[in-house]
Amino acid sequence: MRRYSRLAAALELGVVAVLLFLTTASGARPAGSGRVLWTSAERATLRSLSLASLAPLPSDPSNRFADDDAAATLGGRLFFDTRLSSNGKVSCGTCHLPELGFQDGVPLGVGVGTAGRRTMPIAGTAYSPWQFWDGRADSQWSQALGPLESPVEHGGDRVQYAHRIAGDYKREYESVFGKFPDLRGLPAQAGPVEDAVRRASWDRIAPSRREEITRVYANIGKAIAAFERRVRFTPSRFDRYVEAVLARRPETPADSFSADEEAGLRLFIGKASCTNCHNGALLTDDHFHNTGVPAAKGTTPLDSGRTVGARQVARAEFNCTSRYSDAGPADCAELKYAVLEGPELVRAFKTPSLRNAATRAPFMHAGQIATLPAVLSHYNRAPAAPAGTSELKPLRLSERELRQLEAFLKTLVSPLDVPSRDSLP
Amino acid sequence: MTTPRSTPRSSARRTALGLALAAGLAFVGACSMFMRMPAEQEFGRERTSTTGLYRAVIRPDGDSIPVGKLQRWTLHLETAEGAPLDSATVSVDGGMPQHGHGLPTKPAVTASLGNGDHRVDGMKFNMTGWWVVKFRVQSAMGADSVVFNLKL
Ligand code: HEC
Ligand code: HEC
Repeated sequence: MRRYSRLAAALELGVVAVLLFLTTASGARPAGSGRVLWTSAERATLRSLSLASLAPLPSDPSNRFADDDAAATLGGRLFFDTRLSSNGKVSCGTCHLPELGFQDGVPLGVGVGTAGRRTMPIAGTAYSPWQFWDGRADSQWSQALGPLESPVEHGGDRVQYAHRIAGDYKREYESVFGKFPDLRGLPAQAGPVEDAVRRASWDRIAPSRREEITRVYANIGKAIAAFERRVRFTPSRFDRYVEAVLARRPETPADSFSADEEAGLRLFIGKASCTNCHNGALLTDDHFHNTGVPAAKGTTPLDSGRTVGARQVARAEFNCTSRYSDAGPADCAELKYAVLEGPELVRAFKTPSLRNAATRAPFMHAGQIATLPAVLSHYNRAPAAPAGTSELKPLRLSERELRQLEAFLKTLVSPLDVPSRDSLP
Repeated sequence: MTTPRSTPRSSARRTALGLALAAGLAFVGACSMFMRMPAEQEFGRERTSTTGLYRAVIRPDGDSIPVGKLQRWTLHLETAEGAPLDSATVSVDGGMPQHGHGLPTKPAVTASLGNGDHRVDGMKFNMTGWWVVKFRVQSAMGADSVVFNLKL
């Protein structure tokens, strides 16, 4: 049995060699060569990267409204409501623009002020145990509560948002979450925010009422998360190509790859070791790595990435083990067994999904790298990190190989499946 | 209760020890970067500990060990003579010698299930390739480590 498979492997190698010889000798590509060039191990890798291998949407035990339709409809409206901000001009959709794949195309997100990092896309984040570049939130709903009270993003506070729900969304809110609390006597603005006046007002509110308001605030996050969960990837040209390869179907224009795209894919899963981190159907391991990305211009102190994110998520007000979470103790295993300290966390950032990445310039956590060729050149050189240690090693790829990798990354582009916005204001 | 005070001498010694330890670790790290995958017989779910005190079997959740998913394992421990070992302190550690990084999570042995079985929670692997998982076992019989090589 073993001898047979070794023989088969040798034969396969021989076939590959002959085909490679033919390709280079004639300068042309033998018809249908793509379908025979992949070994069975490579085919298994291709399958693992394909959207067809994506697991069903995981449940979120910390949010019992995650799969509630009415919550998602309410969440969609809140996502695009600019009145949930200090200046009436900023919604989640200001930075996460649906027409740009839920990001904004600029190095640093701009809301009421300017954020310290690059806006991340939303699609597929329901699969990730960690949100943000540094993973300082451990669910979509707790993530949403960050920007709402950030002075540079929405700039508002939880009492202001509770008044907004009471004024505009009370019926929808109550149909999902039950009775809305009585807000009589509360100031227009108050919350545990940076602003000293609003913070002082918050401290003057009785603890039991603060608790009621914070629960409304958490529910705003839970509704938004129910909406975000439904933003999904659709199959890209890469996925159609893999489907055809696995089915050993002859090429059709709809699922064929050019010679460069095929070579780029081979580099991606082979010599360039991109799948060390960009693996699985979303092309991310949902983990944190230091890849030697240069410091963002004019940022002091240096962004330490996961070092701070890990510390924050462990004691975050809205984490999986918090009183606002619907999870049982056994549901918070990601948090419980997370690595929360160590040298490998320094300037480690979350691996982004490479689906639609080709359309997402500028790149990296603060938009430090402007173009895709420059990203690939970064990987090729593997420069030392400004702090901590880069996990990359120089790749020594040729210009041609870098172009092939780029061609491949462009096959990972597809439209998003977005819940209908009909019900939006 | 008296708290031991550290004298300047002992703290200097501690620093020296720390430095030596760090250097040692760096050395091990540097070597492991060039480490070759062990031979076929070094893989498998049944292993004897380094100095032969214990035998161990890992039982992951299913037949194959998935990538990118938090998992619960059962670790079976017995003495070299085959007596099940329930009363032991076990810690878990591991990583990828060829990449110089550890496990993405901090797994732990969370329960003794009886009959030499121990529950291991928080196992996760975030890429394919050669992984090492090491259990440090401490019992009345002594301390020893069991090293598993996995090919994911
Ligand atoms: C000012 C622009 C801006 C606004 C407004 C904004 N975001 Fe973001 N978003 C960002 C930036 C920048 C990041 C990355 C921040 C970080 O890592 O520190 C981000 C990260 C995220 C992520 C993490 C994705 C991942 O892969 O980890 C999600 C989800 C998200 N935002 C959703 C929202 C929601 C929901 C709202 C509204 C409540 C919102 N954002 C408002 C800019 C913005
Ligand atoms: C060691 C893990 C690792 C490896 C290997 C790796 N990446 Fe990345 N990749 C990351 C991380 C982490 C980021 C985000 C880094 C940051 O912003 O600081 C990233 C970012 C990117 C981005 C930018 C995406 C965006 O939204 O800004 C692209 C494109 C990319 N990688 C492509 C590749 C390609 C192509 C390869 C192979 C040549 C590769 N990566 C290898 C971890 C890795």
